[in-house]
This record gives sequence, structure tokens and C-alpha cells, in this order.
Amino acid sequence: MAPAILNRILDPVAAIGRAVIGLLRGTGAIALFAAEAISHLVRPPFYGRLFLKAFIEIAWFSLPVVALTALFTGMVLALQSYTGFARFNAEGAVANVVVLSITRELGPVLAGLMVAGRIGAAFAAEIGTMRVTDQIDALSTLSTNPMKYLVAPRLLAGTLALPLLVIVADTLGVMGGWLIGTQQLGFGSGAYLKATFDFLQLWDVLSGLIKAAVFGFIITLMGCWSGYHSGGGAQGVGRATTSAVVASSILILAVDYVLTALLFSR
Amino acid sequence: MSDTRQGTMSDTRDGTMSDTRDGTMSDTPKIRLRGVRKSFGSKVVLDGVDLDIRAGHSMVILGGSGSGKSVTLKCVLGLIPPDSGLIEIDGRDVASLSRMEREAVNDRIGMLFQNGALFDSLPVWENVCFKLLAQGRLSRSKARDKAAEVLAQVGLAPSVGDLSPSELSGGMQKRVGLARAIAAEPDIIFFDEPTTGLDPIMGAVIDGLIVDVVKRLGATAVSITHDMASARRIGDDAAMIHKGQIIWRGGAHSLGETGNAMVDQFARGEREGPIQMELRR
Repeated sequence: MAPAILNRILDPVAAIGRAVIGLLRGTGAIALFAAEAISHLVRPPFYGRLFLKAFIEIAWFSLPVVALTALFTGMVLALQSYTGFARFNAEGAVANVVVLSITRELGPVLAGLMVAGRIGAAFAAEIGTMRVTDQIDALSTLSTNPMKYLVAPRLLAGTLALPLLVIVADTLGVMGGWLIGTQQLGFGSGAYLKATFDFLQLWDVLSGLIKAAVFGFIITLMGCWSGYHSGGGAQGVGRATTSAVVASSILILAVDYVLTALLFSR
Repeated sequence: MSDTRQGTMSDTRDGTMSDTRDGTMSDTPKIRLRGVRKSFGSKVVLDGVDLDIRAGHSMVILGGSGSGKSVTLKCVLGLIPPDSGLIEIDGRDVASLSRMEREAVNDRIGMLFQNGALFDSLPVWENVCFKLLAQGRLSRSKARDKAAEVLAQVGLAPSVGDLSPSELSGGMQKRVGLARAIAAEPDIIFFDEPTTGLDPIMGAVIDGLIVDVVKRLGATAVSITHDMASARRIGDDAAMIHKGQIIWRGGAHSLGETGNAMVDQFARGEREGPIQMELRR
């Protein structure tokens, strides 16, 4: 009887232990997966055609959704910050707040979340379907390393494409703020732009681009990982797609905090 | 069961030694498995598989669903590492090979997957010549001609090369899969349930193609199937796997009259017999 009671007391502890071990095991496995994929980037053969295809898929076809998100975010930011700052007569800071928020935080994070939804899901579904229809095994039997063929080009494409998207997002976000500032809040066009660029430093933009590159890596990594380890059937692919989007979205937000702390600690 | 396995091992060894009848084959089997075990969690899938596959012969591995046929094949291909046991190809233990050496061995193996496993992002001609293109052995323009040539060998028109795999019927997908498996002229070819999902006539056509290409390439063929008609058509030798062990080995022509109650029950598709299907009520 005593062991039964003891077990019941220790059950929650065991469950926590199992969860921690599972988390560590998963993290380790993903890290090894990423390391192997990166190692293929420096060893021939290289699949330039596949890299280009993934790059176009990420950079070009995500452009509309990222652009719209950034534009509306800039517009909302201008409106909200104006309302807030008007309470202590600091309306002049609107342009500055918009450009700093967009370049440092919202540009990379929102572009990352949008791309996670589009690309993370698409990669997980595509690679997951290849897994459950034996296409990944078929690659191995055709003297082609699946990590090199499927994962490495996508990782590189994601890491390089997201900063480009964020440059577009930054530009459109600032434009959104300018649009509202000049059309609705009564700022002069020149004065708004001067206020935008007077206080903007190169590091504000660069730090956002560094974040974007890391987010691009995370999105493609989680998409490829989830698809590569997809379970059987349509349900397995569905689960892989969901977990790719959820995991990369959470990781983007968590890593954003860590990167912000690191990049702006000086 | 252990008696059966010992019997199988000694049969196999005797059989192998006498295979040098035409003087052209060595004593070493092309593929040799000894005590191969594989479990997934608590489920034992392979429980000590012993099997010799003679060079230049066509071996058919029979077995019901979940008996371990596919896992055996994947272990030989290196897609799944066995938990223990020995797998030799041309007398070399594949577990001891470096990555490069293993890739070189796999380079000589072709595989026809059960559902074709064609790359749906590529047109048929790129599927067929995938390996040759990946290794840089052919330029893209030459690969197109080569694809047309290989497609002709499996009875498909060159125009099929421009189609996407999703536009093909099941039988055509199997043929393209076969074309892809033989395009690089391998000396070992695996066929995973080549006739499953096809009508009997198309099944016979695919079998005929398999026999033709294997003969023409002089390759060693290993097929896994539960289609008896197909097994008799494409096999020289046959082995039956049950609950992760090889329980019988003999000539493919003798299927149905082997004297082994399990094999005969399986070959005749009888409900009653020593093999009981595990059905949950």
C-alpha cells in the first residue's frame, strides 16, 4: 500500500521529469538536425536550382502578405502612439516611435510570424508528404542525401530571404505611419520624414535584419524538421504542419526576447 | 521455432555452396543476412532473419502484412539500421563500411517502391534520370534522351516523359518507378510489392517487364510480395518470412506444394491452417 501512495505523490514529479527529458531530447535532436543540414551547405554537391526555387517561394510569394501586414501595422502604430502621446503633448515623437518600433521589433517579428504561417506550413506539408509516400527513402536509394537535397537549400533560402522581406516591411511600415501622419494627424510630409530619419540609426535597422535572418532560419528549420519526422498518413502530415507553425511562432517570440536582450545590452 | 530457424540456416548454407553449378558464380552470396533483429519500441519486427540471396538470381520474399518483409528490405538498403545481426553485400559487412563506401554500395542498387514514390515536383523524365542527373553523369539535354530510351524499355512513349507523376495511372506510375530503378543499370534491384494495387493483367505486364529487365541487366533481384501469381512469375528462389523469421526457403515454382504447412496455407490463401490472423473482436 505504501508504495502505491508514494507513487501517487511522486507521479507529478515523474511527469515533470518526463516532460523535461522529452524537451531536452527534442532540443538536442533538432540541434543535431540543424548541424547536419548546415554541414551539407559547405560540402558539394550544391543544389543551386533548389535553393533558388525555395528563395523565390519565400521572398517573392510572401511579399504581398508581409507588405500588407507591415503597412497596416505602421498605420495603427501612428494612430495609437498619437493618441497616447497627445495626453502629454508629445505628438512630435510619433514618427520616431513608428520607425523604431517597426525596424527594431515589429518588422522582423510580424514578417517572421507571417512567413512562419506560409512557409513553415508549406515546407512541413511538402516534406511530410514526401516522407509518408516514401519519396525521402527514394532519394536515399538514388544516391542523394535527403538532408542535402531537401533541407540545406531551404535553410539557406530562409535565412537569406527573410532579411530582404524585412527591408520591404520596414519601408512599408514607415510609409503606413507617414500616410496616417500626413493624411489624418496633420503632420507635414517633410517634417514627418525628417523626424523619422533624424533619430534613426543604422544599428536599429541592422539589428532587425539580424533578427530576421535568425527567424528565417528558425522557420525553415522547424518546417523541415516537422515534415522530415512526420508520422504516417494524412493525419501525420497535418500534425507536422501544425507543429511547424506553432513551434516556429513561439520560438520567434522567445528568441526575439533573447536577441533583443543581447543586441541592445550595451 | 528455433528448430525451424536452425534448419533454415543449414539449408541455406548447403544451398549456397551448391550454387556454383555454372562456374560463373562465386560461393559468396550477393546478399547475406544473419540473425538480423529489429524492434520498434516493444514490437519485435525482425527476430533473427537469416537469408542468402544468390548473385544473378531472383529471390521472392513472401509474407503477410506486418511480417517484416519491408523492414528486411529497408535494413539491407540501409534506410533502417538493424538492432543487431549481420548484413553482407558481396561479402562485405555493410555496418563496417564508411559513409562513402556505403554510398558506393547503394549506388549499385535500384529500388522500385510499392507506391512508386515518384517525386511529384519533377516531370517524369527527371524522375527517371534522377540519379544520373544528381551524380552529374548526364547533362539535362542528354538525360531527356536517356529517359525516353529507358521509358521505351518499360513500354512507355517518350511523350510520357513530359508529364507530371500525378497525371499517370497506377500502372504507369509503376512502370516509371521501374524505369527509374533501372536507369542507372544497377546490379541489385529491389521490388517492394510490385503488383500491389494493380489489376491482374497490369500485374502480369509489370512482372513481365521485371523479368525482362532483370535478365537483360544480369542483376540480382529481391522482390517482396504477397501475390502468389507474381511470385511464381518473377522468382527463381522464394523464402517466407513469418513473425520476423525466415520459416522456409525453396524454389519459387514449388509454391503451394512445398510440404510446409504454413507456406502452403499462405500460397493457397486458406483461412484455416497453422497461420492464424490476429483479429481483434
